[in-house]
Amino acid sequence: MTSGRLQKLNLFGGIITVVTLLCAIIWAFPIYWGIVSSLKPEDEVVRPYIELWPETLTFDHYWFALTETQIGRWYINSIVTALGVTVLTVSTSMFAGYAISQLRFPFRRTLYWLILASFMVPTQVLIINHFVLVANMGLLNSWAGIILPQLIHPVVIIVYKQFFDQVPKDFREAAAMDNASEFGTLFKVYMPMNWGVTTALAIVSFIWSWNAFLWPFLAVTKNEMMTITVGITQVSDAFGVYYARQLAAAVLAGFPVAFAYLLFQRRVTTAITLSAGIKG
Amino acid sequence: MIRDRKKEALVAFILILPFLSIYSLIFVYPTIDMFLLSFTDAPLIGKGEWVGLENYTRLPNDRRFDTAFWNTAYFVLLSVIPGTFVALAIALGISRLQGRLQAIVLALFFLPYILPVSVVYRLWDWTLNFQFGIAMHLFDLMGIDRVPIFKVTGWFMPAVAMVTVWWTSGFSILLFLAGLRSIPNEIYEAASLDNTNRWTLFRRITWPLLWPVTALVLTIQLILQLKIFDQVYLFSVGGRPNDNLVMVYYIYQRAFVSNDGGRAAAIAIVLFIIVIIVSVLNFQLMRFAEKRS
Repeated sequence: MTSGRLQKLNLFGGIITVVTLLCAIIWAFPIYWGIVSSLKPEDEVVRPYIELWPETLTFDHYWFALTETQIGRWYINSIVTALGVTVLTVSTSMFAGYAISQLRFPFRRTLYWLILASFMVPTQVLIINHFVLVANMGLLNSWAGIILPQLIHPVVIIVYKQFFDQVPKDFREAAAMDNASEFGTLFKVYMPMNWGVTTALAIVSFIWSWNAFLWPFLAVTKNEMMTITVGITQVSDAFGVYYARQLAAAVLAGFPVAFAYLLFQRRVTTAITLSAGIKG
Repeated sequence: MIRDRKKEALVAFILILPFLSIYSLIFVYPTIDMFLLSFTDAPLIGKGEWVGLENYTRLPNDRRFDTAFWNTAYFVLLSVIPGTFVALAIALGISRLQGRLQAIVLALFFLPYILPVSVVYRLWDWTLNFQFGIAMHLFDLMGIDRVPIFKVTGWFMPAVAMVTVWWTSGFSILLFLAGLRSIPNEIYEAASLDNTNRWTLFRRITWPLLWPVTALVLTIQLILQLKIFDQVYLFSVGGRPNDNLVMVYYIYQRAFVSNDGGRAAAIAIVLFIIVIIVSVLNFQLMRFAEKRS
């Protein structure tokens, strides 16, 4: 390769890098713009020119959202329901994944195919019958009612099955020598060996559930039972047409999941890649 | 090793039971219930008379169903294909970077995916606000007349599709990055010895080797966007919901606004069947592609 050609390649590569960086900044700009706007006084927000940083920095809108609206209550609803969904999904999926991966029982393959097939069924079309079911159980406007229909995550079982399949058979035999029961083998051998997957799946389940909109929106009609994702869009009289207030509420709603992602970046991205059936 | 078959099956049953009961309650039962409901004239809650196929036969003449069906198709077209190629371009850009810089750039592109839809709605409703939105300043600079984007029918779907691409690309980017990482470096090294240029390299090596991932991304996006509701609903508030109907939105409207459980269930079944057909076709296509390669 001649040096001229090499230089041309490097120049080209450099341009691509710069373009990628610029695109990344533009891509994330609406998030930045939303945060900055929420820190401006209401009269600065509606100025007819662009100010990339507030002239007067204010936290009033956050104070307003936290003290004058039901956002605190919505936080609790979101945390409780998201934790409920996470714990129930991960535990039931782990048990089922273990059984399918390690144990022999009648209809094992049938069950596995049923789970695979359920990937295809869109839960959105079940909203009518979920509503009827939850209403008949008397669970509308309750935490349990918000949680229940969100528990369909067949992919979590599949991921567990794949990981349990990979545990070498020696461990099983060693546990059997020690006279460990099946439950003991699961809790003392298989679970600790796959803590990484469990935490990753748990974080992602939590984020999915925190972000769920359609079902919590249908299951709740009382303001005080809304999750934060639904609440900030439904109770408009709490915020009025105060743009900065609305944005402050949005920042408060997005903060926990954004923070969880930034804290556990690798685990989150691994779990999401796994959920698409790709080993990351 | 001696295995006690009966005991093993019993343990398995106990382990599967929690999953199986939840699965039957919120998945199998509602699915059967939905089919039955679609043949009646029942309201959302309560009993109705058996009406046979009437809920289905009236769909072809239902103008709102027509709108919902074609809007969904239009939205899929506007979001799936551009979304996949935008994600591929971004992934190619990110994969060239290294270390910290790569992590930061990936985080910037990925962050929107992690946000709840209502936050995404607030951010873009503000960015594209007719009076004060920063995007409208750009319109002014470029000499384009300002448009109340989410209130004008022609602008609505493309704008919501763009927001959706922005929101969901992070996921596709991750899949493409995983795909790019699995292409062995030796192939590129061997090719660069032959003085191949970048475009040829991409066309002859990256694109064909990445095709399984591209197909996967297209599939996942397609099935996901057929079920769109949240963004369309939120951006329609204060606009023209009846012009912006998509399938799930229409199901919601029929069931929860008009209190027509039976008719809503019939629409749900239509969407259900569309999604299943698309999934099965995709599955067959992927198997076919695997056999060929």
